[in-house]
Amino acid sequence: MRVVLAEDSVLLREGLIRLLEAAGMRVVAAVGDAEQLLRAAAEHRPDLVLTDVRMPPTHTDEGLRASLVLRRAQPSPAVLVLSQYVEERYAAQLLASATGGVGYLLKDRVADVDEFIDALRRVAAGGTALDPEVVAQLLLRGHSDPLDRLTPREGEVLQLMAEGRSNAGIGRQLVLSEGAVGKHIGNIFTKLDLSPAEGDHRRVLAVLQFLKIRSLP
Amino acid sequence: MKAIRPWSARAWLATAHVMTGPPVAFVLAGLTLVLAVVPPALRVGMPWLTRVQRSRFEAFLGVRIPPVPAAPTLRTSSLWRQIGYHLLSPLVAVVSAVMVALVWAGGLVGVSAFLPPLVQPPPLIFPIDLRDPVVLAVYIALGLLLLFLAPILARAMAMLDLSIARTLLGPSHQELGQRIETLTESRAGVIDAADAERRRIERDLHDGAQQRLVSLAMNLGLARATLRDLPEPAREAIERAHEESKQALKELRDLVRGLHPAVLNDQGLDAALSGVAARAPIPVRLRVDIERRTTPTIEAVAFFIVSEALTNIAKHAAATRAEVTVRRERDRLHVLVYDDGCGGARLDGGTGLRGLGQRIDSVDGTLRLHSPLGGPTTIEVDLPCE
Repeated sequence: MRVVLAEDSVLLREGLIRLLEAAGMRVVAAVGDAEQLLRAAAEHRPDLVLTDVRMPPTHTDEGLRASLVLRRAQPSPAVLVLSQYVEERYAAQLLASATGGVGYLLKDRVADVDEFIDALRRVAAGGTALDPEVVAQLLLRGHSDPLDRLTPREGEVLQLMAEGRSNAGIGRQLVLSEGAVGKHIGNIFTKLDLSPAEGDHRRVLAVLQFLKIRSLP
Repeated sequence: MKAIRPWSARAWLATAHVMTGPPVAFVLAGLTLVLAVVPPALRVGMPWLTRVQRSRFEAFLGVRIPPVPAAPTLRTSSLWRQIGYHLLSPLVAVVSAVMVALVWAGGLVGVSAFLPPLVQPPPLIFPIDLRDPVVLAVYIALGLLLLFLAPILARAMAMLDLSIARTLLGPSHQELGQRIETLTESRAGVIDAADAERRRIERDLHDGAQQRLVSLAMNLGLARATLRDLPEPAREAIERAHEESKQALKELRDLVRGLHPAVLNDQGLDAALSGVAARAPIPVRLRVDIERRTTPTIEAVAFFIVSEALTNIAKHAAATRAEVTVRRERDRLHVLVYDDGCGGARLDGGTGLRGLGQRIDSVDGTLRLHSPLGGPTTIEVDLPCE
């Protein structure tokens, strides 16, 4: 797996390179600002872009903007955004651009090495990885919407789906059998009016609907 | 004026003020005239003379006359007002002192009428037969009356002197106006500086301690994941260090976020508030209608109003939902926070709302709180944007 990494703190950049290479990934470019990131991504066409949000020159949200540019490109690489804070607005912007292959995690999550590497692989494979904090923020919002029809358990399942977990992963987390998880997911699809014709895509659509409703003001 | 008893400390202090008036006034008037020989000396000397009078007012009457800044030129009006006071005060002081002294003396003479004639004034001046009991009674009654009047008169004279001194020695309306202007400007400067300082600390922590801690936690995580064949105590120590580093990261993140949320700088109030609303434990309906962004200071104040108000609602209101509306109308920013909780919120109650009031005052905003017992509660804030 080939990765382009953008992080302005040298300390953290070196650490991440070590971490990724220890997990058998190849860091083809490691840069310190958004402009170099766009150039490196165009040049190397990586499987995954891993970027910080706040980078020079303005130290605001250039990493996020660069990610949005990358997401609109054809073909677009999978992008995982790391940030010191998670903001639902950023998540909404990231997710609005396209489906799949996107992640948004707190920087703290790199400390849990195995889970972090899992998230990287999932995103590179076209899945999603959303920080539990973002998801919690989104879930707390209480507009009246189709999601209100979900039971609390179904809400939990949907939340874990949004974090990018598989049915087996969701079952482990909630101590449910995989069959029970499947049943809950079926209920979620029904309540969100997602017909079977949409096939496996329904999973992504459910997550997207969840995110769209929860994150738009 | 409150009646004062002749034997109270206040009466004696007022009398002392009036009686010390003439000597002080004459000396100061004399010095003023001496200084006037070399006019520039007035500029240097006048504050010293005025200071003597100010300390007299403070010592006897307990009143502080606000100081005026040193006159920059000879044409400064405050300088001429001070000269006026020092030249006028001998007249005022002498008239007051004589009146007060006469009334005190009359009172004392009156009440001492029953004493043997040795201590009485000679009958040449007072051709009254004090041996007549009726005359004696009237005489003593008059004396008592004067004795009660004396401190009132002394107080009245002291107040007359004080009001003249306030007008002539204190700052004028124009000077006060200028002072308010300067204070307003410097306050705005202090607030902007404090706000900039919070942003700087936030950024320093973000670039420094936070990155280092992430790196530390990551290395510990890596050690924990890879060093599986370590002896038990060593593994435990690494595990504990790893968990603690993650906890430290979380605590630091909460602290830094409270200082100044980065998203407020990047994307403005709408984005920052939507995060706050989302984190609130009750459903919050948020509407932000701002076409042009306001200054960073006003944005920060508005942000803290909403986040404090929501924190308060979560802590005390027992509400099931809240509504936040932020709207910009030309040069005013209106913030409205509504909740359907139990009401009874007060500005002087918990610390939260009082802190809110202070922050709003600091930018000359207004705060209206409507919170009847039983709810609902509305906080309406109006902030100047320019």
